[in-house]
Amino acid sequence: MVKMVDAPQGIEGQGFFATSLGKVIGMARANSLWPLPFATSCCGIEFMATMGSNYDLARFGSERLSFSPRQADLLMVMGTIAKKMGPVLKQVYDQMAEPKWVIAVGACASSGGIFDTYSVLQGIDRIIPVDVYVPGCPPRPEQIIEGVMKIQDLARNESLRRRNSDEYKKMLESYNIETQ
Amino acid sequence: MTAVNNESVLQMLKEEFTEAVMQSDTQYGMLSVEIPADRNTEIVGWLKSHSLINMGFLTDVCAVHYPEQKGRALVVVYHLHSWTKNFRMRIKCFLPAEKPEIATMTGLYNSANWMERETFDFYGVQFIGHPNLKRILNMDEMDYHPLLKQYALEDETRDDKVDSFFGR
Repeated sequence: MVKMVDAPQGIEGQGFFATSLGKVIGMARANSLWPLPFATSCCGIEFMATMGSNYDLARFGSERLSFSPRQADLLMVMGTIAKKMGPVLKQVYDQMAEPKWVIAVGACASSGGIFDTYSVLQGIDRIIPVDVYVPGCPPRPEQIIEGVMKIQDLARNESLRRRNSDEYKKMLESYNIETQ
Repeated sequence: MTAVNNESVLQMLKEEFTEAVMQSDTQYGMLSVEIPADRNTEIVGWLKSHSLINMGFLTDVCAVHYPEQKGRALVVVYHLHSWTKNFRMRIKCFLPAEKPEIATMTGLYNSANWMERETFDFYGVQFIGHPNLKRILNMDEMDYHPLLKQYALEDETRDDKVDSFFGR
């Protein structure tokens, strides 16, 4: 059975429906997130299960994986990021168009995990801003779906002006990311 | 025809190079011979071109750091394999930490190219004559050789780990 998304709050009458533009855009964005899977290790395997028919991330409007960062909304970093990989990840993030969200799946992407060593980045939040962290080593598909649903909440409720705010620009500048 | 085994190869090396066979021992059934660092290509080249021993394959090049040994702090280890005789052995060359320089094996074995770069990357051993001696596994910006024991294995930028939690 196909379950449709509920309409946002608004005023409804015969032949018209009025609501705020932000709510409509938020609803559309939240239910059509295109993920870019940046899978480097075992968390990536769990993501494959998440995309498969059993867990089926398509139910949340995210079945269209984008392997080009230019068309992706959601960067899913799944796995250990070596320091040598850091600049690559940062470039991928740079190439994504606003609005963009980042989810760090698993202990390694979130904090370096068990790899407390000179060669491994101790959490991707050292080079790019992260919206949602999913704990686990590796997390189960249910947890990854929970993380994506948190991103949906963020997308649904985000102010349309947030990405133009000084606060947001300052945050990007703190990561040495150029602002458009 | 002489059999190729630990004893016969050691005997042949001693006859050919006499004092250059500085030390030898056998661990887990594998012969290990220490030779002077400045004669590595000569002796390994001899082992490779020897019609009987025929060490045609360089399995591995690696280094070990012994910081407490003055003048012999670094050792470069070559693992050799003779496919025709199914015989393996190790060659060790000790180097001082102040001047870790040794001739490259790339002239004898193409496989040395990758492995010597790796050894340089992690231990800072300078392989004289290597065609492209630069970092291979670590990031290019790294300014030290991480497997030398004076450097911590852990990432030193973390401040959320209290020593008492980890028994350190």
